[in-house]
Amino acid sequence: MHIKILGGGCKNCEVLYENTKQALEELGIEATMEKVTDFVEIAKYGVMKTPALVVDEKVKISGRVVKADEIKKVLK
Amino acid sequence: MDFINNILQFTWLNNLVRLLVENVFGISMETRLGGSVHFFIYDTIKIVILLGIMIFIISYIRSYFSPEKTKKILERFGGISGNIMASLLGIVTPFCSCSSVPLFIGFVEAGIPIGVTFSFLITSPIVNEAAFAILLASFGWKIAVVYVITGVVVGVVGGILIGSLHLEDQVEEYVYQIKMGDSEIEELDRKQRIDFAIQNVKDIIKRVWIYLIIGIGIGAVIHGWAPAEILSKYAGPDNPLAVIVAVVVAIPLYSNALGTIPIAEALIMKGVGIGTALAFMMATTALSLPEMILLRKVIKPKLIAVFVAITGVSIILVGYMFNAIAHLLI
Repeated sequence: MHIKILGGGCKNCEVLYENTKQALEELGIEATMEKVTDFVEIAKYGVMKTPALVVDEKVKISGRVVKADEIKKVLK
Repeated sequence: MDFINNILQFTWLNNLVRLLVENVFGISMETRLGGSVHFFIYDTIKIVILLGIMIFIISYIRSYFSPEKTKKILERFGGISGNIMASLLGIVTPFCSCSSVPLFIGFVEAGIPIGVTFSFLITSPIVNEAAFAILLASFGWKIAVVYVITGVVVGVVGGILIGSLHLEDQVEEYVYQIKMGDSEIEELDRKQRIDFAIQNVKDIIKRVWIYLIIGIGIGAVIHGWAPAEILSKYAGPDNPLAVIVAVVVAIPLYSNALGTIPIAEALIMKGVGIGTALAFMMATTALSLPEMILLRKVIKPKLIAVFVAITGVSIILVGYMFNAIAHLLI
């Protein structure tokens, strides 16, 4: 599984990154995690509001800081 | 009606805090200390209640809007109606200041004129839920509503002016080359919307409470001790320079703006112009240094300067207007 967190690097993006990490640990899923801060790259995903969660190149959540519980549902 | 007014105007809270100050603390309301303590407790409780309720309601409504939908709507409007629509959508579209760059890219890529894009970018931070709630708590609904309307007017006028200057060459070239991907807009269920709204309430209160407490504290001191004659002489509605100074001082103070409203409330009771206070607040949110630094990634310095100048001048004009009509609103 390949996970990307899209966002310019503000606090919201950090929180989403940490929550995703926590969700992965709790589910015991092996995944590579990556922060995407380049706006050209972010635009390629069609995302206009950050932070966004991309799982295997698909945008799952955007514009919301989501708790680990909800991320778990997305990952499963 | 009396019952509803009592609740809405917080007369009950006012009386409750008065009882607390007079009977429990044993301080007379006629003394400076009594007045200040009352102001502090009453304002803190009122602002926290209204802040929580308003942020929740507005965030819930906002969960039905998204920048993607906004972009699709704006693609259909041209000319001034585009600016008006962009300003109105700026109120309801949720986005944090760190999203202003992807949002700008998305709008430009969709062929939305920069003037229209700026109408959105100007109104959105000015008309925010926290500012609205605190204005409501401090000055009542008339001022809060007029503030929203003025925020839209500043956005529309600012956007039209920026558009008329034809500064398309001031957008970084790479922005025009970006091919935006298509992402599905997720539909939220009710629980997710409620979560989103609660999360916003927590976020905003966590971010502003310390400024609020400090602001209310300073307000309380002003309430008891500030010399009204000197204040109204230097910062009153009759001093035209006060508005300009307020706007310039506001720019580096981003996000602390909300704490300034209780200070403003106390100052206004002492004779400072309400337009001066409101211009100060608009400037802190609309002209923030962090946002300018972010926008520099997509637009050149000249356009940033034009944006700051036009928005700043509009806000100053709004300040004068408010000072002139304040007696109709309070």
